[in-house]
Amino acid sequence: MNSNQESYSSDSLEPLLRIENLKKHFPIKGGGYFRKEKKAVMAVDDVSFTIYKGETLGLVGESGCGKSTLGRNILRLQEPTEGRVFFNNTNILLHNKHELRKLRKQMQIIYQDPFGSLNPRFTIGQIIGEMYEIHGIAKGAEKEKKVKEMLELVGLDPSRYNSYPHEFSGGQRQRVGIARALALNPTFVVADEPVSALDVSVQSQVINLLMKLKKELGLTLLFIAHGLNVVRHISDRVGVMYLGKLVELSETDNIFESPAHPYTAALLSTVPEADPRLKKERIVLKGEVPSPANPPSGCRFRTRCPLAAERCKNEMPPLVEVRSKHHVACHYPLEEGQTLKEAIASRKTGQLSL
Amino acid sequence: MEASTQTNVTSGVAVKAKKRKNTLLNRLRQNKVAYFSLWFLIVLHVVVFIGPFIWTANPEELQEVGALASWSLQHPFGTDDLGRDVFARMLHGGRVTLLVGLAAMLFSLLIGTFVGACAGFFGKVVESIFMRITEAMMAIPNFFFVLVALTVLGTSPIMVIVVIALSSWMEIARVVYGETLKWKEYEFVEAANASGAKSMRILTRYIIPQIIPSIIVSGTLTIAAAILTESAISYLGLGIQPPTPTWGNMLQNSQQYIWTAPVLGILPGAAITIAVLAYNFLGDGLRDALDPRFVKK
Ligand SMILES: Nc1ncnc2c1ncn2[C@@H]1O[C@H](COP(=O)(O)OP(=O)(O)OP(=O)(O)O)[C@@H](O)[C@H]1O
Ligand code: SF4
Ligand SMILES: [Mg+2]
Repeated sequence: MNSNQESYSSDSLEPLLRIENLKKHFPIKGGGYFRKEKKAVMAVDDVSFTIYKGETLGLVGESGCGKSTLGRNILRLQEPTEGRVFFNNTNILLHNKHELRKLRKQMQIIYQDPFGSLNPRFTIGQIIGEMYEIHGIAKGAEKEKKVKEMLELVGLDPSRYNSYPHEFSGGQRQRVGIARALALNPTFVVADEPVSALDVSVQSQVINLLMKLKKELGLTLLFIAHGLNVVRHISDRVGVMYLGKLVELSETDNIFESPAHPYTAALLSTVPEADPRLKKERIVLKGEVPSPANPPSGCRFRTRCPLAAERCKNEMPPLVEVRSKHHVACHYPLEEGQTLKEAIASRKTGQLSL
Repeated sequence: MEASTQTNVTSGVAVKAKKRKNTLLNRLRQNKVAYFSLWFLIVLHVVVFIGPFIWTANPEELQEVGALASWSLQHPFGTDDLGRDVFARMLHGGRVTLLVGLAAMLFSLLIGTFVGACAGFFGKVVESIFMRITEAMMAIPNFFFVLVALTVLGTSPIMVIVVIALSSWMEIARVVYGETLKWKEYEFVEAANASGAKSMRILTRYIIPQIIPSIIVSGTLTIAAAILTESAISYLGLGIQPPTPTWGNMLQNSQQYIWTAPVLGILPGAAITIAVLAYNFLGDGLRDALDPRFVKK
């Protein structure tokens, strides 16, 4: 399944980024002057994981679960509330402004919104050229040459150097965004739902371009997506988030073939299967996602989990390696090959026998 | 183009130019009064600034026909109480009045944009200090401030400009502050930060250019207010001093002759009123034309 086996092999893992206990809480304003309760949206809550050199890590989860916030905080586009982010073994949260600015050449981001992410008053030449100017790399004619090379690289006509973003289609604009992000030859790129705002017909074109460039340039990619099906064919590993927590992380095949977290299993049951012989029973999760400002005690997923038990209410399950290279945050993970239906059934009989 | 790109960003829909390009000028054209005001103001400025090169009479020189002469070919508007050519005085006075308005507007835009943009962009301490100062200044009655400041600082043309500017930058600061707060949330601004751009670069290249349309509107309305203020203080004798003519001090001077030579009062009074109204109409029209919700009627 993995498309990048050349650049990523699960045996020779060299970490590029190590995220430790990362938290981002947004304080909620309001409330009376006298009742100053310290409430906060826990957008990212105590997340730890590693991103290895050359891999594509897919990060999925429902809207509002904190994917973008996690990406932004790793890049220090927002200041994390707590935690450490090691990039090549240095904690970049301790960098000062100057060091951070230098680091920006190596870490980049591609945004979801092809409209809001490009300066409407700049030509695409200026948008991409800014990268060279900011870091004093090229100016004038040399800059133009470099920008045109980038345009060609992402499949845009270099003669449109002086066109404005609104003269392009959404897919083309996303290519401009990719060119901007890759202009300085970064090592690590966060792609925050780079295709979810695009027409289905151009989504795969943009994904293919991104994966082609990733391979050619030897990038490490954190690919954020809404649903599991988008990341399946491009990720080496997949992480699943729920309500600010990373609940499962493993190699793509493991996630898709034998998920261990009930949430992942439920999400997977809604992904349409290419092979119609593989009949799946759709598991519809009950209830709504709780507010990240007021998350449930213990396991965040317990209000909707078909396997929830008393322990889930009292104890927060940590992310642990339950199988080889398979990390799960659940007190009662599914066994290898077990379906959620089976787990529910065995849970019922188990409880009866208690 | 400026305005249509802004619409693209906010509505997320590409607005393709149809028959006529959706430019600011074309949007403005649909507001007849504002569009007329624009042309009127262009003509007024040309007449006032170029006119004195053609009508070369010295506005401070006594003419042979004597005081309070009525109109003639040599003196289309006659002469004033001291025997000076009224037409020349209207042209030169207009120059001074409009220049004071323009200069005060520019200076006030500079202060307002600086304060508003820094407060909105940097937040925290800068924001609290700058916005508290703005609010405090707004609490002081404008005209009272101008009178006191001019009494203390004197009435040289530069002082008049500075004092009017100091009394009128707050509204601009508030507009720019609000707009900066809005634009700094856009992803292209975050992207600039992610690229390693310094704060000043982001502010001057990414945020302020987006606000220029609003600044133009505020500027237009500020000129109107500045002309009015200048005229009012000149009328009270605290503005630019005779013999330099301004429409305001000409109006003051004309009081005693309101029955004998009404034209001495009517001319500068009408000029002030019409110029101020035209700037206000233009400002309102620009505001509507720049509103992204603007719809073609
Ligand atoms: N600047 C902010 N201030 C306050 N709350 C925020 C802020 N940014 C995000 N949040 C909140 O944090 C939570 C996570 O938001 P985030 O944008 O990271 O989610 P997401 O997983 O990227 O969702 P989506 O799929 O919709 O992009 C949400 O509840 C959101 O309301
Ligand atoms: S810890 Fe409990 S509630 Fe949470 S996912 Fe596992 S079984 Fe469900
Ligand atoms: Mg997001």
